[in-house]
This record gives sequence, structure tokens and C-alpha cells, in this order.
Amino acid sequence: MLDNNKLKKVSIICAKGKLEDVYASLVMANGAVMEGIEAKLFFTFFGLDAITKKRMKKLHTATVGNPAMRMPGGLPFPTLLGTLPGVEAGVSSMMRKQMDQLDIPPVDEFLEMITAGGGEIYACKLAMDMFKLEKEDLWEDVKAVLTIGEFYEMSGGENSQIIFT
Amino acid sequence: MEKTILGQNLSFSEDGYMTDFSAWNEDIAKELAREENIELTDKHMEVLKFLRQKHEAGDSLTIRSVGKSGIVDIKGLYQLFPGGPLKISSKLAGISKPTSCV
Repeated sequence: MLDNNKLKKVSIICAKGKLEDVYASLVMANGAVMEGIEAKLFFTFFGLDAITKKRMKKLHTATVGNPAMRMPGGLPFPTLLGTLPGVEAGVSSMMRKQMDQLDIPPVDEFLEMITAGGGEIYACKLAMDMFKLEKEDLWEDVKAVLTIGEFYEMSGGENSQIIFT
Repeated sequence: MEKTILGQNLSFSEDGYMTDFSAWNEDIAKELAREENIELTDKHMEVLKFLRQKHEAGDSLTIRSVGKSGIVDIKGLYQLFPGGPLKISSKLAGISKPTSCV
């Protein structure tokens, strides 16, 4: 084993606000710190929902324009059904319930797990300006609001990877 | 893979996890911990016993479940087993490599 060639740092960019996109980033960041790999998680554009206090607990999965979506039992999920009021909320809450059964925590608890392991959470300055968000609107343990230049500065080093989800 | 610890012949998986659940005892845990440069305290031991209990019950192990056990919070768990809160603790608890992603 090339033990000295192990991955040392991942910088993960989460740019989308759908439940599954956010969880992909969270699982990867948490998985990294659990392996002793340094992890930095950078939220931008709609991904900011995941660290915005008012929205982080209400992330949705898309029921329209999502060809992989299935009904319970495996039949294709009709797109028109997904347009009905409440359907997306219902599907999203079902997803959350299923995740809870696998011991996958809600977003805020997941972020706490990542920071407990030494992972760091950042927000994108440009997207914050666009969405008219202030630092106070964000989850308390967001370490800083960064420009893309600052993000690159901290993402360097030997055996480091930048991952865009 | 075989290793002799405290005069006992123990078998390990390729990744270094004990394969015989019943062969484990606290003294073996202390020896295994030394290899990981960890000095086992009572707190460590409590975590190891919790993991063994959960493993025996067939539950899948996550750091979240340890965090909710009341023994130690997740931050504390990272401090007890630096660089591998679930992997290193499982190794020292004499159970198989964790298969969970959380």
C-alpha cells in the first residue's frame, strides 16, 4: 500500500439546493473527516439553501423534470402528478423519513457532525450578494464567507482534490 | 492474518480487524490501541463495549448512533479516536470493519 500517497484534503463545492444534491455533498464531506481526510465544504448558488437557517430544514427533491423518480413499488412517476400542490413536499418528506431510517441525519445535524470532526463550512460571497443574504441568515457555524479566490487559496496542497457535486 | 497478542494467537482480516468476536477482551484492546498510539481510558472502553453490544445485536454502526448513546458526543468521539472515529474504534473493539457511509 502506498500509504504516503493517501488523499489528504477534499474541497467540496455544493451549488445545487435539491435534497439529494445537498446530501451528496454532506455524505462526502462527513465521509472524508471520518477517514481522517481534511474537508472543506463550500456552498454557492442554490446550494446556499442548505446553510440558510430558514431553508435548511425544508429542502425538496424535484418531482418534475426528474426522470429517475419512481412511485413506491417502482413504476415511473408521472410528471403531471409531480405538478400537483403538496406532492413535492410529500415526496420530500418521504425521502427524509427513509434517510432517517438509515441513520442519515437532518441537514443541520449533519453539518454539526462534519464540524465536530474538524470539517469546515463556507459560503460563497457572490451568491450571497445575488440572493441578498447576510452572514446572520446563515447557520451559526459557517466559518466564513469567501470569494472564489480565497476558496482556491485554501484548497491547495499535496494530495488535495476539488469536487463539484 | 495471524498475530500473537499477550500469548494468544488471534486472527485478523486483511484490513487488521479481528475476525473472532469472542476472542476479544479488554487487555487485547489495550494492546491493539498501543499499535494505534492510543492510551485507552475508561471512556474509550465504554465506547468499545457499546460498539460490541450494537454489533452483537446486528445493528449497523454509525458515528451518529455513538453520539446518541450518551457516552460521548461526536466531537468527543473524534478526540478519543483521532483520524478514524468509527474505523479505529471498531478495530479496537474487535468487531468487523464498519460498512456504513455515515
